[in-house]
Amino acid sequence: MLSYLANRTLMMVPTLFGVAVLIFFLLRVVPGDIVEVKLRGDGGTVTAETLEAERKRMGLDKPLPAQFVDWMTGMATFDFGKSMWTDRPVSEEIAARLELSIEVAIIATLIAVLIAIPMGTLSALFHDTWIDYAIRLFTIAGLAVPSFWLGMLVILSLLSFFNWLPPITYTPIYVDPVANLSQLIWPAAAVGYRYAAVVARMVRSSIIEVMKEDYIRTARAKGVYERLVVTRHAMRNALLPAITVIGLEFAFLIGGLVVTEQVFNLNGIGKLFVQAVSRNDFTLIQTMVMLIASIFIAVNLLVDVLYAALDPRIRY
Amino acid sequence: MTTTAPVITYALPKRRHPVVAFTVAQPLGAIAFVVIVVMIGAGIFAPWVAPYDPVALDFGAMLAPPSFEHWFGTDAFGRDIFSRVIYGARTALTIGFLSSFVGCTLGAALGVASAYFGGRIDLVTQGFVDVILSFPLIVLALVVVAMLGKFVVGGVDLNLILAIAIPILPKVERVIRAAALSVREMPYVDAARAAGYSNMRIIFRHMSPNVAAPYLIMLTAYIAQAILLEASLSFLGLGVTEPTPAWGLMLSGNASDFYREAPWMILFPGLAISFAVFAFNLFGDSLRDWFDPRFKT
Repeated sequence: MLSYLANRTLMMVPTLFGVAVLIFFLLRVVPGDIVEVKLRGDGGTVTAETLEAERKRMGLDKPLPAQFVDWMTGMATFDFGKSMWTDRPVSEEIAARLELSIEVAIIATLIAVLIAIPMGTLSALFHDTWIDYAIRLFTIAGLAVPSFWLGMLVILSLLSFFNWLPPITYTPIYVDPVANLSQLIWPAAAVGYRYAAVVARMVRSSIIEVMKEDYIRTARAKGVYERLVVTRHAMRNALLPAITVIGLEFAFLIGGLVVTEQVFNLNGIGKLFVQAVSRNDFTLIQTMVMLIASIFIAVNLLVDVLYAALDPRIRY
Repeated sequence: MTTTAPVITYALPKRRHPVVAFTVAQPLGAIAFVVIVVMIGAGIFAPWVAPYDPVALDFGAMLAPPSFEHWFGTDAFGRDIFSRVIYGARTALTIGFLSSFVGCTLGAALGVASAYFGGRIDLVTQGFVDVILSFPLIVLALVVVAMLGKFVVGGVDLNLILAIAIPILPKVERVIRAAALSVREMPYVDAARAAGYSNMRIIFRHMSPNVAAPYLIMLTAYIAQAILLEASLSFLGLGVTEPTPAWGLMLSGNASDFYREAPWMILFPGLAISFAVFAFNLFGDSLRDWFDPRFKT
């Protein structure tokens, strides 16, 4: 187990290095840089010397490989550089917003799991009845409805039925849980619907699969209550594949809230990313991409480890 | 008394037309297919279907509610939303189909080649695929779109298509590679190799046709994903731009300023996206069950 863990962790390094190379050069293939955008943005006249000086200050005058090495050595010592736009350290910019995004992702996960597991189970146990059809219709619709549009509908209904809008400023949950939740529960619900749909479909198909197993027949034959057959024998085994989906979707949400944050005007990672992209803020973009990719890979690893911990048949 | 031998009639098994057979086995899929055909028709014949010019401004009818003249109402510039939704189908389907086609085809080619050659080539390809897979879809598409800018040919932004196709590529590659690995062990591949055919010929003539079913299934399913991604990017202002009518774009900008005054501005384009994605998802699912229930995309 330990050697497996070490092995998998080591395997992250080449992948992350690949991500770094890809993003670094992808950002720099196109001519035109932030210095021009930043200084000429207001239409003022700027001399070539000023531009050159600013480039030198940001280290943009060095050849690309040297810039890449600088970035890598910086990252190795947890120095991610400064945002090219605001001049604040990248780590500060990100840290200020990460909390919000993670909280939305966690609430969305809770909502999704609470909806998906009972729904998927019911759908499987009553499969090919009207209950199943209703749930399947609900879940397949969840895959089709864009979460940002659902978010807009949520805002629209809050506005027209209650004449109320969620607060705009972020309050950490440990300061004022009510204000915090009244802001974040809506975006979480909007993305949670799709999330629940994905998980419920997985739960349904894996429970249908498990119910055909021999040990279920054995349990029934020896007279175990049907309720216990479902909860102890079927669900415990069927929920393993669901964990994979839950993990993947969670990892996706950390960076994938981009559009939903825009709709709800939340100042999270996704919004920062869109800002960074539209301002050509290379240092910020590349660090965020690395962060998002690392979270993604780490969650994948965690899911695999959890799998082994929960299923005694899997040993590494 | 003469006995006549009873005439034995063989009832030939009724062979249904494949379209009929599909409809009977997958009624939902057939409905979804009809929806898709209607959408394609609306897109192609948009100039005849749409009652108004989608970009014509009419300041006399700004923010008009749905009525007999304007079925879906009008937006802040007095443009007819029904017409814009119809024309939007054109944009969504073109970009959705092209991106899915590019992503699935490149992914499939890479997957078959990776499975066929194996060894170091396989290792490098899988490494590359792992790298792309570690980005969330939208993050990767955003970066590509922002970095490459626009490259419009015949009214279609090719870079946008590339941006949507790239995240699709590795997922298709994974599935096709797995399918191709089992095809590679088939005797006919050995036979082809023994006959001295070139690698290219074996890959394209012998292996590719045998992974066509999962390819087609994913092609349909990823059109749905591509339409969603295009809508998201357009919503963020990084996809299709004004004045082209596109569903995602119709939801952005000043649509959110008129929640109270003109909710139809956000209602109908969103419904259009949902219906399109729903139809392609459903059709893809039915296609999968029809071909082989074991395929999972």
